[in-house]
Amino acid sequence: MDNAFWSMGGYARYVWPCFAFACFVLAWNLWSARRYHAAARLRAERALKMAGGGES
Amino acid sequence: MWTWFYKLASPPYVYGAAAALVPWFLGAAALTLGYGLIDGLAIAPPDYQQGDAFRMIYVHVPSAMLSLTVYTVMAAASAVALIWRIKVGHAVSAAAAPIGASFTILALVTGSLWGRPMWGTYWAWDPRLTSELILLFLYVGVMSLRSAFEDPARGDRAAALLATVGVVNVPIVHFSVVWWNSLHQGATIVKLGAPSMAGSMLWPLLSMWLGFMLFFAAVLCIRLQGEVLNRERQAKWVREAIMVRKEVKS
Repeated sequence: MDNAFWSMGGYARYVWPCFAFACFVLAWNLWSARRYHAAARLRAERALKMAGGGES
Repeated sequence: MWTWFYKLASPPYVYGAAAALVPWFLGAAALTLGYGLIDGLAIAPPDYQQGDAFRMIYVHVPSAMLSLTVYTVMAAASAVALIWRIKVGHAVSAAAAPIGASFTILALVTGSLWGRPMWGTYWAWDPRLTSELILLFLYVGVMSLRSAFEDPARGDRAAALLATVGVVNVPIVHFSVVWWNSLHQGATIVKLGAPSMAGSMLWPLLSMWLGFMLFFAAVLCIRLQGEVLNRERQAKWVREAIMVRKEVKS
């Protein structure tokens, strides 16, 4: 990639943070959704264990 | 017809369908976002007025459109839950709210970054910007209201009511540039008549928009699984699903 691409015609300090923040928001969404699902599964497993149905 | 409707909205069916759809949505999102990014950043020509600064359109417009779409999905799910007392509606609404809020923040931040070189300011109390900020407050209000009650059912109903009433802000955001004098440019894609963009710039934008929509669908499905599990923790089908999972693991 040449310098002209990275400099974005002099707008690099606006364009790249814009795309970087978008990547951050996408990554946060995926991470937090997976974490939320995993936590819910753990809670359900604990509830099952407490009820005496999940001994292994 | 109603039997089909209620079967489709049953928690075990929704949980299974969401789990099956996630990899498809994520794969399609990766492809469309990848194409949109490469085409939008490296191949599309610079704008004759804005130069390369216009490339911010490839994240700003899809995130702004998504902020409105997610709110509409949230309001529709809330209305379904209130009218037909379908519990999954509340789960969809709760799963959609944080995603919508994050894309509204993305739209505001990217718009602000675009506004600085074009308008000379990061922020103006412009009708489009202000109504988008109100949209963010509505998202935050819906999430806060849901968790403000000790009884989750009451929280769900209150949040659903606010989400349904708040949908009035969606057309206000969209048409604000038509109804009032605004710094913000008019609609580019969603309008009567052909889009006001050259094809070489439009295709990556459509691809990014589709990618954002598919990504939203994937994240909604993952969050929805968590919501359904949280709400149905004591249900027989959840216990059976966990037992099966444990047997597969061991």
